[in-house]
Amino acid sequence: MNSSLPLAVNDLTVAWHRKPVIWDVDIEVQPGQLVGVVGPNGAGKSTLLKAIMDLVPKASGRVEIFGQSYRQSRHRVGYVPQRESVDWDFPISVLDVVTMGLYGKIGWCLPVRRKHRDIALRALEQVGMSDLANRQISQLSGGQQQRTFLARALVQDADLYLMDEPFAAVDAATEKAIVEILRDMRKAGKTAIVIHHDLPTVPEYFDAVVLLNMRVVACGPTKDVFTRENLERTYGGRLTLLDEATEAMRRRERTL
Amino acid sequence: MSVLLLLTLFTAGFQISDFRLPAPLLAVAESLTNRSIAWPEWEQWKRVLLVQDYNTRVVMTGTGLLGMAAGLVGSFTLLRRRALMGDALSHATLPGVGLAFLLAPYLGLDGKSLSVLLTGAALSGILGVVAILYIRNLTRLKEDAALAIVLSVFFGAGIAILTIVQQVPSGHAAGLESFIYGKTASMIASDAQLIATAGLLSMIIIALLYKELTLLCFDEGFAGARGYPVFFLDLLLMALVVIVTIIGLQAVGLVLMIALLVIPAAAARFWTHDLKRMMLISSGIGGGGGLAGSAMSAVFPNLPSGAMIVIVCSCLFFLSLLFGRSRGVLVRIARRWDLNRSVDRQHLLRGMYELLEAREPETGSGAIGMPFSQLLAMRTWSSFRLLRQIERCRRAGLLVRHDNARLSLTEAGLAEASRLVHEHRLWELYLITQADVAPARVDQAADTIEHVLEPELIVQLEELLAQQRMSCGVVASPHPTIEQGRMP
Amino acid sequence: MSGLENWSWAYDGWIVLAGMLCAVAASLPGNFLLLRRMSLLGDAISHAILPGLAVAFFVSESRSSWPMFLGAVIVGILTALFTEWIRNFGDVDEGASMGVVFTTLFAIGLVLIVQAADHVDLDPGCVLYGAIEMTPLDTLNVAGQPIPRVVIVLGAVTLVNLLFVVLFFKELKLSAFDPALATSVGFSARLMHYLLMVIVAVTAVASFETAGNILVVAMFVVPPATAFLLTERLGVMIFCSAIIAMLSAGLGHLSAVFLPHAFGFQSTSTSGMMALCAGMLFFVASLVSPRNGVIVRIVRRQKLALRILSEDLIALLYRMDERARDSAVSPQKLSAVLRSHTWLAAWLMNRHVRTGHVIPSESGYRLTEAGRQLGSVLVRSHRLWEQYLVSEGGVAVDRIHGQAEKLEHFTNRELRDRLDEITAAPATDPHGSRIPSEHK
Repeated sequence: MNSSLPLAVNDLTVAWHRKPVIWDVDIEVQPGQLVGVVGPNGAGKSTLLKAIMDLVPKASGRVEIFGQSYRQSRHRVGYVPQRESVDWDFPISVLDVVTMGLYGKIGWCLPVRRKHRDIALRALEQVGMSDLANRQISQLSGGQQQRTFLARALVQDADLYLMDEPFAAVDAATEKAIVEILRDMRKAGKTAIVIHHDLPTVPEYFDAVVLLNMRVVACGPTKDVFTRENLERTYGGRLTLLDEATEAMRRRERTL
Repeated sequence: MSVLLLLTLFTAGFQISDFRLPAPLLAVAESLTNRSIAWPEWEQWKRVLLVQDYNTRVVMTGTGLLGMAAGLVGSFTLLRRRALMGDALSHATLPGVGLAFLLAPYLGLDGKSLSVLLTGAALSGILGVVAILYIRNLTRLKEDAALAIVLSVFFGAGIAILTIVQQVPSGHAAGLESFIYGKTASMIASDAQLIATAGLLSMIIIALLYKELTLLCFDEGFAGARGYPVFFLDLLLMALVVIVTIIGLQAVGLVLMIALLVIPAAAARFWTHDLKRMMLISSGIGGGGGLAGSAMSAVFPNLPSGAMIVIVCSCLFFLSLLFGRSRGVLVRIARRWDLNRSVDRQHLLRGMYELLEAREPETGSGAIGMPFSQLLAMRTWSSFRLLRQIERCRRAGLLVRHDNARLSLTEAGLAEASRLVHEHRLWELYLITQADVAPARVDQAADTIEHVLEPELIVQLEELLAQQRMSCGVVASPHPTIEQGRMP
Repeated sequence: MSGLENWSWAYDGWIVLAGMLCAVAASLPGNFLLLRRMSLLGDAISHAILPGLAVAFFVSESRSSWPMFLGAVIVGILTALFTEWIRNFGDVDEGASMGVVFTTLFAIGLVLIVQAADHVDLDPGCVLYGAIEMTPLDTLNVAGQPIPRVVIVLGAVTLVNLLFVVLFFKELKLSAFDPALATSVGFSARLMHYLLMVIVAVTAVASFETAGNILVVAMFVVPPATAFLLTERLGVMIFCSAIIAMLSAGLGHLSAVFLPHAFGFQSTSTSGMMALCAGMLFFVASLVSPRNGVIVRIVRRQKLALRILSEDLIALLYRMDERARDSAVSPQKLSAVLRSHTWLAAWLMNRHVRTGHVIPSESGYRLTEAGRQLGSVLVRSHRLWEQYLVSEGGVAVDRIHGQAEKLEHFTNRELRDRLDEITAAPATDPHGSRIPSEHK
């Protein structure tokens, strides 16, 4: 129990239909760091974030956020899901989406008030979208959708942010804006765990990295861990036999 | 729905300035509610069961064929995840029935003839298809909304038109309301012929386009990329649904028609993974449901026939859900038990082997007895579970029980145990050397996988780990086993 | 034969009011059914409550409303539960499991109703008779005024639904838009789902008593769907759906009373016509909705096609001009090269003449300086794209023209500059034509 650690993951295994998706993950994240999670497709990066937030059942292991379970420290965690996870035809405005981050604080049945809208507007200003606050979400570009999600996470005023590929398919301006915001967060002592795809920018953006391929290949400060050798171990040599065996296991389980 | 229809008919009746119930409506009400159920005589049973009545024979042939055709078409719509499309299309046929009756005299046709009515039904069903496609493709709304809109609006229009039909002198006698909740008793030979023709037509279409339709249901994108006209195949599938629906109107009624399209196919899914077999089973269940349901309503003439057919089909569905051979609930529970049992057996044998190994590094004979308590302490299993497993292994000739609560492996048991331990340790080695799993945890990790190891995987493992292999055939454990670490 | 003699405000007014209340009550939760893509659940639940009514009837041996109401609501919720169970245990897809559940329940309900009519000593259509008493003739005295019971019941349900939507507005919104976030900030998406199911079942049962489920099923879906096409704001959408619901109820009853007279019949089913009117309103909205209407989109597409053609004309003149300066081109040749109608090309060229891009002359059209400027920009975009496709995209030279032809109309200054930068400011395109320069 260390209440100063934003995130401590112990021995975490997640299985879908008993096929392990991530396996035996141990991570400790220091406060005030930007942490990149890097790994090939299907390495279980999104699953790791979802398991941290109890959105998928854990097969085993323990997750502690500031020394408490996720349920207890839910208000200190902000989540930025992948853009594709929601229906962008939904009839609401950008401001509506951003205020959603405050619903937990507002509580059951109480309406959204002016002060909440002001908070949301400030967050939109931060991501450079204040002029689009009343735009309908169906009219946003990919980068703008991502910034909207980021603003929603910002209003949650969390201490630990979990972001699922915020840089995926966004324009250069958005990428720059997101990086700026991440740095501001770090200055404010917040921690962010970011799933990232673009390897060359990792040393520039992140203080620490987690190299993930079903299991944690390496984890630590970027300058120590983000080495060619570790990357080869992450991206190269897939565990073919393990894949085969888990596949066989899944086939068997599916008939159960 | 009949009740609902009557409700509306009554409200409509009330708006006519005097609040008297129109006579024809009263008669409809009686036909629905004035039914007494009496246990039939043996004679009556015999007549139905031996299909002595000409009328019963006609009805049963008709409903049986209908069920078979619906089961076939339903298999495709189910696999295309469009199960409820039939619901919308069957409701969409109602305005056509009413309009056909009203307009037929102007075209010089007989409004009461079934073929005229069903032509109307087919036309408005096709209009329903067009409406669904319009909403789905040209607006932002999704499929479910398209189905629900077509269903409710067409049905509303149908009710409005049927209310008007009631006011035509010959309107009540036409018995159009039977299209809503079904009335098999009125079926005559020509109707059964019509059902047979339409059913045969849909079967031929399915037989001819079997592989195209299969491809459409399985992978629409691929079919499109290969140049198949996906849109027209889709349209064809909907046309098949319309065909089956209109011939089912008379037997089960439009509200329950969807049941015949969905239930047999969903039930067949529990029995097989093979599409052809699934379609056979599905049409069998549909046909059986039709036969049994109409037989029952022949024995108990006052039970609504459509509802009986559906209830028989749902009973078959729940039986399939429980007992289905490939995906039924019981089979899956049994398989899980089986797996757990074989896992337990492997654990027991491996535990005994490891104890043996700790006792005597030169694993020569398995004949040394080991105490039950020691085995019990090796894993978190209850003594009941362990005892049951021991008993099972003893019966299989893998181990021997001595009277002083000690156990020993037989020759066969030892061979089996050493094979299991060998495999387990191969995995451990693989995980340590290739997957960076810490030695302290590797035992548990290998445990989750090894129970499904197939022979070819073992061969690959062995090749991969050739250098670590021990000459005796069983690799040494890569982590401390009993003597240092886990000795109780 | 106007049918006016059949209309009485004292009587029909109540019917319209009851219809409107029913429509509004259903359309309020219907918005969220639509957004959660569960539109058919309203239909399923309103069919499935039949056995609930029948069983309650058996148990209480009366046709008092409360047991029936309770029984139907319970069965309504069970429908949602059973659907989920069959989907989970049997691994059956959602639509199919819904189909199995509601048809089975409805069939059982039909059989039970027949029995009920028999066991309890009642005149023909006991269940129906109860319903008849609930039409405008069955009144309760409220503050000395006789008010139809149905209106009171539906008014109460409308109020409950309104409260539900207002109180849980943000919870419903969040759990429909992003269930994962809803659950992770502490509003269980499952709980909201079942609350919504209860509301749907209550609405279905209350409306079942009066208007039959035709009306309620239509009102669950059609007004919200219409509103969805008209607006992109959730609050406005809900408000619109209520207005549309009322409108279709009013129009529905009017047309039920008056429309059949035009054909020499008496009035027809009100709820059927209400559903039909809602459908008509939906159809109209789908055609003329300001942003997504079919007609609007056709017009927009035509306008774009015209803009492209008119730009193509200028680009063509520019290319001709490149070959022979100040050459005049006849409209026939222009339309032949671009494969367009002559009259269309002539009309567009007239527009260009008016905007000063082109001067007409005896032998055809010539570009002005402004026209040459516009043409050079278009041709520059076109050739830059060709260069980009070849050098960056590795596309074969013979296939680039078509793509560049499309892209050139959507290329602004910034994009051109970036293309120029990426392709290292080439002087000629892959075909060897000169790329016109642009003032920095």
